[in-house]
Amino acid sequence: MISLPFFKITELQNNTYIKKAILMKPKYTIAVTGLNNTDNPGPGVPVIRALREANAFDVRIIGLAYENLEPGIYMENITDKVYQIPYPSSGSDELLERIKYINNKEKINVLIPNFDAELFTFIKSAEKLNKMEIRTFLPAIKQFEERHKSVLPEFGKKYGLDIPFSKTITKLSDINNIQYEFEYPVLVKGQFYDAYLAYNPAQVTEFFNKISAKWGVPIIIQEFIRGTEVNVIALGDGEGNTIGAVPMRKQYITDKGKAWGGITLGDENLIKITKNLIKNTKWRGGMELEIIKTHADKYYIIEINPRIPAWVYLAVGAGQNLPEALVKSALGEKVEPFKSYDVGKMFIRYSYDLIGDISQFEKFSLTGEL
Amino acid sequence: MKIRKNIAVSENGFLFDPNTGESFSLNETGKQILKMMKENKSEEEISDWFSTNYEVDKITFENNFNDFITVLQNYRITE
Repeated sequence: MISLPFFKITELQNNTYIKKAILMKPKYTIAVTGLNNTDNPGPGVPVIRALREANAFDVRIIGLAYENLEPGIYMENITDKVYQIPYPSSGSDELLERIKYINNKEKINVLIPNFDAELFTFIKSAEKLNKMEIRTFLPAIKQFEERHKSVLPEFGKKYGLDIPFSKTITKLSDINNIQYEFEYPVLVKGQFYDAYLAYNPAQVTEFFNKISAKWGVPIIIQEFIRGTEVNVIALGDGEGNTIGAVPMRKQYITDKGKAWGGITLGDENLIKITKNLIKNTKWRGGMELEIIKTHADKYYIIEINPRIPAWVYLAVGAGQNLPEALVKSALGEKVEPFKSYDVGKMFIRYSYDLIGDISQFEKFSLTGEL
Repeated sequence: MKIRKNIAVSENGFLFDPNTGESFSLNETGKQILKMMKENKSEEEISDWFSTNYEVDKITFENNFNDFITVLQNYRITE
C-alpha cells in the first residue's frame, strides 16, 4: 500500500491501483480539563464527545483532572490517558511544570481548559504553552477581565448591552446598604460560581457567608430581573466574526441551577445580540451568554462565561460542532462560520453507575496517571 | 388574528414555540382551530365550520373561541 498525503492507494490482486476516496485525516493530541461529569458538570466530557465525532481530524484525548474521582477519568471511550494536575491556586509555575512533563510524553497539539477558575492561569501562560507547541484558543486577558461579574455593568455600558444593576461587596457590614440601592429580592453571586436569590438582609448574610467560605470575596449583589432564562453558546474567531452560535432554554434545572434538560431555540434576537457582542469585543474562543428575556421582550445579559458550557453537546446535536471548530481555529486553520442549526433539538442528562476497580483508583491516586 | 409563522403544530396537536422553547398539547377542537387559523380562515369561517360539524350554536362557540384566543395571546402564539 502506498500512502500519499491525502489519499490512500490500495494495490489490488491484478496489480491495478484504485484511489480510495478516503481522505486521510490528521490525528491531533488534545488535552482537556473539566472531566467532572457530576450533577454540577464540567464541559470536559461533552467536549471530548464532540471531538471524537469531528469530521476533519481524529483525536488522541489527554484528560487533565484535578480530583481523583472525576467520572471522566473512568468513563470508557472518553480519554486515552489521564493525568492529575495541580489546582491553579498552587501557583502557575507548578501547573506549567506538570503540563511540561505531560507534554514531553504526549506532544499535545491543543489544550482546552474548561474551568472558569483555571482560565486566567492558562490565558496568562499562552506564550509559555506556545513555546511548548501547545495551542489554545482563549480570549485575550482584557476580554476575560472586562466581562467579570463584578464589572459587568461597565461592560454593558461600553458595548451598549442591557445588564442588570449590580454592586460588589466585600464585608458583611456592606449588606445594610443594599436596601438603599436595590429592591428585594436580589441575587447574591460568587465571583466564579454560585448564585442565590435573597429576599431580605438576613438571607443575603447567609449566602454571603456560604459563598465567601467557598470562593472568597468579592460577592456580587445583582438586581433580580423577572423573566425567562435563556443561554447562548458561541465561538468567536478573535477578529469579530461569530463562527457559530446556538441558543438554548433550560427545561429542567437542578437544585444547583444547572441544566438537566434543554432545547434549542429559534429566537433570532439572541443570535443578533451574540453576534454584536462578538463583533464589538472581537471575542476569541468559546463563550456562554446567560440572558434573561423579560415579558416585555427585553434581553438582559446576566453573565458571560468565557468558555464552552457543559451543554455544548446540544449544539453538536443541533449541527454545530463548536469544539471541532475551536480546535481548527487554535491550529490556525480557516474556519467557515456555521450557517444554521436545528431548532427544537433537546438534551436530557442522566446518571449512570460506572463500575470501576480499586486498582484504577489506586493507580491514579498514587501515580497521578491512568 | 394570526398564528405566528414559526409556530409548529404536529398532526397529533403538539404545539412548539421555537422562540421560547415552550410546548403545549392541543385537544381535537384546539387543533382544528389552529389548523384553520394557519390557513388564514376568518373567525366567521371557523365558527361556520364548527356549527356545521359539531352540535354547538354560534354564540356558545364564539364565547369559547374568544377564551381560547385569549389563552393563545397570553402565550404569545398569535401575532
